[in-house]
Amino acid sequence: MEELNLLMGGFAVVLTPYNIMLMVIGILLGVIIGVLPGLGGANGVAILLPLTFSMPPTSAIIMLSCLYWGALFGGAITSILFNIPGEPWSVATTFDGHPMAQNGKADEALTIAFTSSFIGALFAVIVITFLAPLVAKFALKFGPAEFFAVQFLTFASFIGMGTGSPYKTIMAMCLGFALAAVGLDTITGQLRMTFDFITLLKGFSFLVAVIGLFGIGEMLSSMEEGLEFKGAQAKLRLDAVLRTWKTLPKYWATSLRSCLVGVWMGVTPGGATPASFMSYGLARRFSKEPETFGKGNPEGIVGPETAAHAAGTAALLPMLTLGIPGSPTAAVLLGGLLIWGLQPGPLLFVEKPDFVWGLIASMYLGNFVGLIVVLTCVPAFAAILRVPFSIVAPVIMVVCAVGAYTVNNSMFDVWLMIIFGIMGYVFGKLKYPLAPLVLALVLGDTAESSFRQAMLSSQGNMSIFWANPLVTTIMLLGLIMLLWPVFNWIMGRVRGQAKTA
Amino acid sequence: MSQSTNALKTMKNYLAKSACTAALVLSASFLPTSAVAQAWEPVKPVEFLIPAGTGGGADQMARFIQGVINKHKLMKQPMVVVNKAGGAGAEAFLDIKTSNRDPHKLVITLSNLFTTPLGTNIPFNWKEITPISMLALDQFILWVNAESEIKTTADFIAAVKAGDDKKMKMGGTGSKQEDQIITVAIERLTAPKKMTYIPYRGGGEVAVQLVGKHVDSTVNNPIEAVSQWRANSLRALCIFDAKRSTYTGKVTATQAWSDIPTCKESGMNVEYQMLRGVFGAPGITPAQTAYYVDLFKKVAETPDWKEYMEQGAFNQTTMSGDAYKAWLTAAEKTHYDLMKEASFLAPGK
Repeated sequence: MEELNLLMGGFAVVLTPYNIMLMVIGILLGVIIGVLPGLGGANGVAILLPLTFSMPPTSAIIMLSCLYWGALFGGAITSILFNIPGEPWSVATTFDGHPMAQNGKADEALTIAFTSSFIGALFAVIVITFLAPLVAKFALKFGPAEFFAVQFLTFASFIGMGTGSPYKTIMAMCLGFALAAVGLDTITGQLRMTFDFITLLKGFSFLVAVIGLFGIGEMLSSMEEGLEFKGAQAKLRLDAVLRTWKTLPKYWATSLRSCLVGVWMGVTPGGATPASFMSYGLARRFSKEPETFGKGNPEGIVGPETAAHAAGTAALLPMLTLGIPGSPTAAVLLGGLLIWGLQPGPLLFVEKPDFVWGLIASMYLGNFVGLIVVLTCVPAFAAILRVPFSIVAPVIMVVCAVGAYTVNNSMFDVWLMIIFGIMGYVFGKLKYPLAPLVLALVLGDTAESSFRQAMLSSQGNMSIFWANPLVTTIMLLGLIMLLWPVFNWIMGRVRGQAKTA
Repeated sequence: MSQSTNALKTMKNYLAKSACTAALVLSASFLPTSAVAQAWEPVKPVEFLIPAGTGGGADQMARFIQGVINKHKLMKQPMVVVNKAGGAGAEAFLDIKTSNRDPHKLVITLSNLFTTPLGTNIPFNWKEITPISMLALDQFILWVNAESEIKTTADFIAAVKAGDDKKMKMGGTGSKQEDQIITVAIERLTAPKKMTYIPYRGGGEVAVQLVGKHVDSTVNNPIEAVSQWRANSLRALCIFDAKRSTYTGKVTATQAWSDIPTCKESGMNVEYQMLRGVFGAPGITPAQTAYYVDLFKKVAETPDWKEYMEQGAFNQTTMSGDAYKAWLTAAEKTHYDLMKEASFLAPGK
């Protein structure tokens, strides 16, 4: 148990008043950044990075990584209360989190989200502590074909989402793919579908679309339905945390599955956003009552939140051991390491054990401190819903607009947000599902690049997708997920016939 | 291992000390010039645009500069770093192009200063903005996996020539940009056999794909691949510069940057380096340009900068004024020729 000794050494590094103070500052800033849509963890870390150059590297990374944990926690708050995802990885949390809040269970939804986040992070840190070298080797096995297989699995586990017409799902997904294709094509270096509009060069930002589709769309619907928050009348009970905790153990299966999905996606590096979508899809698929999803099923929060936080945490592992970032925030932290004179890569664990184990110890402590901070605020967050709609609504609109502007510092994005908002409202009226559109928008581009990289690499031979056991397994899992509804239907028919016969 | 680390440290200390002395001497001799340059200084925060995403080489350098300026208090106003990566950096270039006479906006460049407008017909040319200074030149190195049978540059050329067409997989950052341009230049020497170029999003990812053997070779910048090199996962074949690197401190257990032969001396006559430079908005006054030239000179004199340069094996050529413009004109021509030959030019160029 050499790792335990090293970890204890790490705790000794971290447990100084100065570092603990930085940790709390980081968490608080992170929660604020997480709450504000648009200002993501990556931006937050990037803004603070230059301020840390005069600090010792270990203190600096503790503060910045705590900011990241804070952002991971904070993203869920606005998703649940207002249907506005503060961060890309909290989009899937809105699917069931917001309906729960509308049913008057905002406090429970928040508690579930925070606790799940913590469990996901804890699982990922334990994996990092004991299995770092092994996991790093696993990440090396991922080439373009494997990446595409993972993305395929994500899409497949999401097929059949929503109870509406499957044709509407397909249309929404196609629209998402089309939007994702706008901008520069990374494989040929050519501009696509920009129609010579310079503002379209950068394509449609996922965050801007999401703030509009979910946030603004929801606001428009609320205005139509009577200018008040549903669920605002619910009584605030201070025992919400304890009461909810009692119900959580029964979701252990979803939780464990989401932890595994999250760590896997964080390490490979798929990122927290696809992890949260995949985990939500799987939670629904394996649920005994899939029809309750989207209407406030707690498992619909446990899945994405656990996976997102596990992936976000695990994303630091490839950054430390391989020098490749598993998420945009990790990419900025990576730049930080170089600036502090540390070289991320296979030798970092050997050359700078104080730094690495200090960071790992701070992951345990940071997440624990973070959990306490956000849980104590649950009643306060839930109470926001009791403020009259006419006061909160304009504030939300302004925050959304500022958020959309911040993503690229561009006024055009604010207009886009409003257009997406109207689109979200119309989609709601016509009962088109938003989830497939959003999923295609966030993953479409990367899935396309991976597929084409794989095709280049095999010179157009499709056999690359079953060239080795790893890629074959993932593709098979994807196919099973894709065909699951068909199996179900056939099984249903067979059983039905057996009964009548 | 620890010996070499110590050697590296001593080297760094030595460099840092000599840099300080140099800084003192330089600042003394430049006093009159700085006095003139100080005639103008920023009156509000300076925006530093990056035509690339977060985490890449340009992003790291810009944020590093921001940190150095902050740490050594080189500028009274704060510097704000903004990523505008859209359209292979076109977003940042068009932003600064349309900020006529705004002295509070700068952009850091990489080769996409030339390749993006040439490859996509985006209405932009570097002559439309104001050159300030060249900070350094970034190197390119030909890498293979450490377990590869290819041990030298000659082996590499022979392997491409002897193998099936398009069998050698070359990984690189982006499409029709520097990495692919170098690939095409190498293909001139292996004709009629070509390589398969696979574009990825970032340099770090490319290096790891090579470690995982998903590609056979790369032309990563030193800073993108150095950690894998030190861990004995990668082998450096040659450096695409006219002369060997000047950094003699041991980086791996046995090799320093200076031990890597040039591609030319190894029989691969290809040279390529990437500009890391700074530009300002169109129409800024000479006094404003002079202020920034002086600012970046001060940055380059800090020990932090020297250390960063060594870590990434940068070629520390710096330029400003007419020399810089002449260099840019020549570099644009080189890119035009290389891209024309590779038929990467957008229609109408």
